[in-house]
Amino acid sequence: MKAATSPAAIAAPRQSGPGLLNRLQPVTYPLAGIAVMLFVWWLGGEYIASNPDTMIFASFAPGPTFVALWNMLGQASLWDAIGASLYRIGAGLFWGCLLGVPLGILVGYFTTARQMANVPFQFLRMVSPLAWMPLAVMIFDSWNGAIVFLILMASLWPILFSTAHGVKRIDPGWFKVARNLGASGPQMLRRIILPAVMMDMMAGIRLAVGVAWVVLVPAEYLGVTSGLGYAINDARDTLDYSALAAVVLVIGVIGYALDGLCGMLMRRFNWQLEG
Amino acid sequence: MGASISLDGISHRYKPGASTVLEGIENQIGSGECAVLIGRSGCGKSTLLHMMAGLLLPSEGCVRINGRQVVRPSAKWNMMFQKPSLYPWMNVRQNVGLGLEFAGTGKAEVRDKVDQLLDLVGLADSSTVNVQSLSGGQQQRVALARSLATHPDVLLLDEPFSALDAFTRASLQQEVTAICRARGITLVTVTHDIDEAILMADRVLIMTRNPGRIENEMAVPLPWPRDTASSSFQGHRRALMDQFEQSDGVTPLPEPESDRVRFRRVSNG
Ligand SMILES: Nc1ncnc2c1ncn2[C@@H]1O[C@H](COP(=O)(O)OP(=O)(O)OP(=O)(O)O)[C@@H](O)[C@H]1O
Ligand SMILES: [Mg+2]
Repeated sequence: MKAATSPAAIAAPRQSGPGLLNRLQPVTYPLAGIAVMLFVWWLGGEYIASNPDTMIFASFAPGPTFVALWNMLGQASLWDAIGASLYRIGAGLFWGCLLGVPLGILVGYFTTARQMANVPFQFLRMVSPLAWMPLAVMIFDSWNGAIVFLILMASLWPILFSTAHGVKRIDPGWFKVARNLGASGPQMLRRIILPAVMMDMMAGIRLAVGVAWVVLVPAEYLGVTSGLGYAINDARDTLDYSALAAVVLVIGVIGYALDGLCGMLMRRFNWQLEG
Repeated sequence: MGASISLDGISHRYKPGASTVLEGIENQIGSGECAVLIGRSGCGKSTLLHMMAGLLLPSEGCVRINGRQVVRPSAKWNMMFQKPSLYPWMNVRQNVGLGLEFAGTGKAEVRDKVDQLLDLVGLADSSTVNVQSLSGGQQQRVALARSLATHPDVLLLDEPFSALDAFTRASLQQEVTAICRARGITLVTVTHDIDEAILMADRVLIMTRNPGRIENEMAVPLPWPRDTASSSFQGHRRALMDQFEQSDGVTPLPEPESDRVRFRRVSNG
């Protein structure tokens, strides 16, 4: 802590415009990072445009992309695609939590359950969620259902393993005291176990959101005619490369926002005192 | 209200075939009595206390409280541990009221009782404080209030003050005994500390290990509250130490000499 603050304190008097610069301090480096990213993007665009073989892809560059994005923001089709994708990820995560949290608690709490589940769960976890696609298509009569199932398969494991890990780590004294105070099973679950593992659960959900969002796009390449993944495929088929890049941008921004939201929830539910 | 505890022929192994941790424990603790279990590390004090709390069942024999066999934990016989084990996602008030909440007590009643208890343990101003920001002694006070909230007949203390500084420890020892005596709660305290034993006990039960037995006992008929500096206190202290060493001499362990030097030095200083 001390080592990190003192260089800044020494450097501070050298800054010429103390007010504005100091206030911008926390965002300086992130902004610089974004600038570098845009520059590399622009450089790539220039290179593609200068090469006769790749010239037709020139609209991947930042300029055309932002123009396309601006146009798309005014169109209902983009918002429909976002809505469809968010619905699928929401439904998949919902089922992921509904299965993952109880299973995680079971596996974390009971040694027998843990010993039984270990090999099957580790095995299933290593199977790419997309590998379930053919099976999902057979089981569900709608593509939408199949995609939600894939999101479930992607989000289940992080949630399950994080929750189980959290339960295993619970201070045995907390159980003893609660039993001693006359806690029933449901009371133990609601007042002790769930709050105790809330942080680990949220961390698992955050991981799950990341994986699910990544899996969602390729899942939407298949069958459905809505969602951001479909929008990418559609743009490719119509050779509208600036729209394609714009959708990629939207996917990235939403993913970033979802992760930020999870981070906020984690801080909200964190009972650990800082410092 | 207190309750009598009877230890009926208790023997225990943690696993079939493992070594015998407790053997032939036979004792009665009277209603409202303050009993202290003293003995070296590993002699089975905590094991025995867990049995009284219903958190562990003996492999032979049983614990009876007011004549009824203890088979499960109950808020009527409450155990406190060396660690306060407070719930960090609840504030002081919620921690103290937890047992009442489990019992389905109404909100207003919980509120009143918790207020009284916080007053009793000197934390009336900290009811909404985060328990993680309390000192070790304050945390043990919260744990004490939490244990008292369900009006237990029996309070079982497993070295609950050993992690505290000497001043805090002394005041908590006095307070707990005073509270239990005032409410007629039967108190069983486990300790390594000879002073703590004399300070808190009507009767000291001396345990030996391998296997754990109650080898000897000693009444401490001193008036309350007790003055550690008085000559009668020191007399009992010496007597307990002699008894302890005598009992301990039965077990073939080569360390009593060094312990003796340490004890003596404490009494000189
Ligand atoms: N859960 C357990 N499983 C197996 N053996 C145990 C378990 N708990 C305690 N023991 C053993 O039982 C014996 C008595 O342990 P116990 O904790 O009751 O001793 P103690 O008198 O409380 O010691 P201390 O003063 O160090 O707290 C020890 O030899 C210990 O190794
Ligand atoms: Mg112990």
